[in-house]
Amino acid sequence: MSEGSSFMKGMILGGIFCLVISLFETFNSGTHSEGHEHLHHHLKPLSKDELQKLSLSQMSDLALQVQVYCLIMVTPRLLLHWATANDTWSKHCDKSVFYTSESSKALEAFDLQEQDEWVRIRKAIKHAYENAGDLRWFFLARPTTFAIIENLKYLVLDKDPSQPFYIGHTEKSGELDYVEYDSGIVLSYEAMRRLIEMFKDEDKCPERGHALWKMPEEKQLATCLKYSGVFAENGEDAQGKSLFNKKSVSTLISDSMGQNPADVVEACCSDMAITFGGMNPSQIQVLMYGVYRLRPYGHDFQDSLTFLPPKDSDND
Amino acid sequence: MTRPQHLKSRTQHIRATWGKRCNIILYMSSEKSDFPTIRLNVSEGRSQLYWKTIRAFQHIHTHHLDDADWFLKADDDTFVVVENLRYGLSKHNTEEPLYFGRRFMPFVAQGYMSGGAGYVLSKEALRRFVKGFADGFCTHNTENEDIGLGHCMQTMKVQMGDSRDVLGRQTFHPYPPDYYLPRQTPRSRPWYLIYEHYPPVEGPGCCSDLAISFHYIDAVQMHVLQYYTYHLRPHGYKYRFNPDGRSDNI
Repeated sequence: MSEGSSFMKGMILGGIFCLVISLFETFNSGTHSEGHEHLHHHLKPLSKDELQKLSLSQMSDLALQVQVYCLIMVTPRLLLHWATANDTWSKHCDKSVFYTSESSKALEAFDLQEQDEWVRIRKAIKHAYENAGDLRWFFLARPTTFAIIENLKYLVLDKDPSQPFYIGHTEKSGELDYVEYDSGIVLSYEAMRRLIEMFKDEDKCPERGHALWKMPEEKQLATCLKYSGVFAENGEDAQGKSLFNKKSVSTLISDSMGQNPADVVEACCSDMAITFGGMNPSQIQVLMYGVYRLRPYGHDFQDSLTFLPPKDSDND
Repeated sequence: MTRPQHLKSRTQHIRATWGKRCNIILYMSSEKSDFPTIRLNVSEGRSQLYWKTIRAFQHIHTHHLDDADWFLKADDDTFVVVENLRYGLSKHNTEEPLYFGRRFMPFVAQGYMSGGAGYVLSKEALRRFVKGFADGFCTHNTENEDIGLGHCMQTMKVQMGDSRDVLGRQTFHPYPPDYYLPRQTPRSRPWYLIYEHYPPVEGPGCCSDLAISFHYIDAVQMHVLQYYTYHLRPHGYKYRFNPDGRSDNI
C-alpha cells in the first residue's frame, strides 16, 4: 500500500507545515510597524463632577448633538426578536431602521434583498450615512441584542462625532482588535465616512471575500476600519466595568454568584450598562420593564441630562 | 417564611438583597439557628403551613407588636421592593383593621390575599388575628395559610385593601414578571390568572412601575431583580409614571 502511506506522509507533513505557520503568526502578533499606534483604548463616560461643570446651555447642546441612528440587521428567521426589538429598545433611538435580508409580510423593514450578512452591513451603512440627517452617532446591532440608548448617549456625550470612533466590547484576534457584533457596535459619523470610502477598495476591504473560509463580519468591519485609521475602543464605566455585554443578565448574575458571592450585583454589571445579548423575547420584555419602569419609590437621581420617553409607547 | 434546608439555596439571597431594607426582618423556621432563624413549634411541609403562619404571627404579636407599624408575610422565594410597600401603605392608618396583597376571589366570600405574593397586616389586623385564635373565633380549618388567614380576617371583620396603583396596575404578584409582562393576543384567562378578583391585565399594563412583590423567584432571579430595581437605569430618563401628581409623561 505504498500510495496510501505516501498520502499519509503528505498529509502529516502538510499538517505540521500549517501548524508551524499559524504558530508563527500568533507569536508575531507583538510587532507593530506604525508610530501612531493603537493601544487598547478604554472609553469612559464623563464623570458626574465633569458633567456638573457644564452649563445648562452646553448640556442641552450636547443632548441634541448626541442623537443616535440605529441600524438593526434582521432576517425573517429572527422574526420574534425582530418584533421584540421593534416593540422595545429601538423606540429609544432617534431614528431606527430595520435592514432585512428579505422582506417579511409581518413587519416593515428596508429590504436589502441580499443573503450575505457582510454585504448587507455594507449596504446598510451606506444607506444610514446618506439618510442620517442631523444624526451623528450610529449603533449597529442584531435584534438579539438589547440596547439602552440613553446610556449609550451618556457614554458618547462629550465625544466629537467628527472624530473617528468605533466602540463596543473589544476582543483581540492576533493583531486585530475588533468590536464584538453580538454586543452592538457604535460608530461616529466620521468613522462611517471613512468606512464608506474604504468600501471602494476591493483589495483591503472586499465586498465578497475570496478566502476559503470567510472572516466573521465583525472582523471584516474591524479590518476595513483599521485600514482607514479607525481603531476599536472598549466602552467602560468609571470602575472599568464593560458596558457592552453579549451575555444575558441572568448569565452575568449567575457568573457573579460563583465568583463574588458576597457582592453579587455590585461586582457583576454596570449601573449604566448599554447592551445585553442572548435573551429571549420574554426576557427582553421583562428587561424593558426592569430598565424603564421598575424602581423604588423615593430614589431620585439628579442627572444632569434629560431624555424624554418616546411618543406612543406603553412599555417604558 | 423559610426552613432549614432553604437557608443556603434561598434565604441567604433574601438576606443579601431586600431583607436589609425592612426595619425588622424575622426568618421563621422549624429550627433555631445562627442565620438567624426563629424556632416556631411546627414541623415543615405544606400541611403545616397554616400552623406555621399562625405561630409566626403569634410570636410577632407577643414580641414585636410595638416595634413596627405594618407586618408583611413573605416566602423565601418572594422578592419585595420595601420602599414601594412603604409608599403604598403610607396613606393608610395602621390602627384600622386592614390587610393588603394580591386579592383572590374564591373560597372566602370577601376574598383573600395570595400567600406567595406576600400580604401585609395593619397593627389592628394583627391584633384581631391573634385574638381570633385566642377566643376561638378562628380555628385551623385548612392547610392553605392564605385561605385560612383570609377566612379569619373575614370573621374578625378586617377589610380587604386595594393594593393597585393609581392607574389600576397590580403591585403584588404571585408569579414572576415574565408571566405577566409579555404581550399576548387577547385570550381567555390563563390558569395562573383564574383566581383574580380584579380583572387581570396581560402585557405592560399588568404591573405597576412601583411593584411591591414577585413570587417563585429563584436565587439568580433574586439578584437580577435587585439589579433591575436598584442599579440598572437609563441615565437622564424622565420616568412616565409620577404617582405624586407631578407632570405625567403618559
